[in-house]
Amino acid sequence: MIARILATAITESHIARRNRWVLIAVVLMVVFSLVLSAVGSAPVGGLGVDRLSVTVASLTSLAVYLVPLVALLMSFDAVAGEVERGTLPLLLTYPVARWEILAGKLLAHTTILVIALVAGFGAAAAIAVVSDPAAVAGFGALWRLTWTSTLLGATFLGVGYALSSMARRASGAAGLAIGLWLGLVVLYDLALLAAVVADDGGVFTTQVFPAALLANPADAFRLFNLTASQATAAASGIGGAAASIPMWQSLISVLVWPLVALGLATLAFRKVEP
Amino acid sequence: MSDVSLEVAPGERVALLGHNGAGKSTLMKVILGLIAADSGKVSVCGAAPGDAIARTKVAYLPENATFHSALTGLEQITHYMRLRGENPSGATALLDKVGLGHAAKRRIGTYSKGMRQRVGLAQTLIGRPSLLVLDEPTSGLDPVSRRDFYELLDALAADGAAILLSSHALTEVEARTDRLLILSGGRMVARGTLPDLRREAALPVAMHITAHNGYDADILTALPGAIRVGRALHINCSQSEKLATLAKVAGMKEKVADIEVVPPSLEDIYSHFSRRDGQ
Repeated sequence: MIARILATAITESHIARRNRWVLIAVVLMVVFSLVLSAVGSAPVGGLGVDRLSVTVASLTSLAVYLVPLVALLMSFDAVAGEVERGTLPLLLTYPVARWEILAGKLLAHTTILVIALVAGFGAAAAIAVVSDPAAVAGFGALWRLTWTSTLLGATFLGVGYALSSMARRASGAAGLAIGLWLGLVVLYDLALLAAVVADDGGVFTTQVFPAALLANPADAFRLFNLTASQATAAASGIGGAAASIPMWQSLISVLVWPLVALGLATLAFRKVEP
Repeated sequence: MSDVSLEVAPGERVALLGHNGAGKSTLMKVILGLIAADSGKVSVCGAAPGDAIARTKVAYLPENATFHSALTGLEQITHYMRLRGENPSGATALLDKVGLGHAAKRRIGTYSKGMRQRVGLAQTLIGRPSLLVLDEPTSGLDPVSRRDFYELLDALAADGAAILLSSHALTEVEARTDRLLILSGGRMVARGTLPDLRREAALPVAMHITAHNGYDADILTALPGAIRVGRALHINCSQSEKLATLAKVAGMKEKVADIEVVPPSLEDIYSHFSRRDGQ
């Protein structure tokens, strides 16, 4: 079982390397992290917070957009591409279970994501520490951001595999993936914000809004990191209104979503008839 | 598909013939467990099709085998060997066996159709499969590669592997397989060895007679049914009349320069069975 998962992971990493996905992911993360840490370095005055913690707060907002995007871009082709190329029937006659195929792809794609995260966050952290020796105090927050980003990535990889299995055509899967990204990461927050403003402190704001934030893996990720580093004040928009949600709830959402997404992916892949 | 029944014994090479859309690939996918049969029973190496045990014992070559174009031939075969729990150090030897040793480290995207087909063949040789299911294995191969391929197949069969292959190249199937199955419109219309099928089809035997100068007319009167085609005389007769007709011709041996007996070809037999149903 382990050997078959590793075999799939090795092959997938060859493919990702050849398709330049590793390079694209790393460059994307490093460039955006450096830009953000350069921009975010200005307002560190008398806030009494070390520089790395401020950088982590801005990196959190970056990761919310970028990690799901990179994960979906790597995963939309996973099943639909195999169906379209005609490689799936042969693969399924091999003594390998469908979940093992997905696990192998997940292992490879998560590894690439971790490499990109470490490169990007590491570059930003290095700059923060060099310019402000007190910044080492923020390493806890950086570590938390890294592992939660990995889990966020795994969630969207799983969702991407599920979409890929349902679409059966790579172009369709790509469209679904971009639509999902726009919906969950961009429009979802805007819609919630609009609703909160319109509701003006009513039932929606106190009851529905916290649940809606927790239900979205991207929002739960942002919420958890901001609450944990007590930087909600520094966050824009949603952060302030969500301060009332206890941290354990967002933690559960961050931990459970990857499992749910991978479960969905396995179910969807099982339904694919070669 | 309906009314399909077949078995392939260890060491036996069975050819599956049929027009496009006759159900050859579908039948193979049912045997492999890729498509579930609505009804009926399939047993593969004593297990249900697609079952984990069956999959360890069955190798498949899909029609128009395709692979990820970004991988090299070596990486692709290494992957398949690992999935089968084989030591991937044998991958190079396997690629050499199908004549791809020189291209092992090139991307499959740069391969020709024949080379991709050979990657497909190489992966069927991994491990010691008890059953090989090959969907048009020789399509895209040149004549020399085809001969090499059938030699590989003979060695596998001699080793005890059961082989089910589909093909449109009737002449090579005739020479290289033990038994034929003909599908037409999703039904099995014929099964057996080539002599069996020839007898069952009872197609007429053609004789081409060349007469000595001036004796054409005599032969035409002696053999009612004969027709003149160019300089030769053609006559068709059923299997049962074959010897009697030959005897008649032999009786006129001073008038006959040459005789050629043409048994029904595999193409004739094949079209006879495939057309009987619907086509």
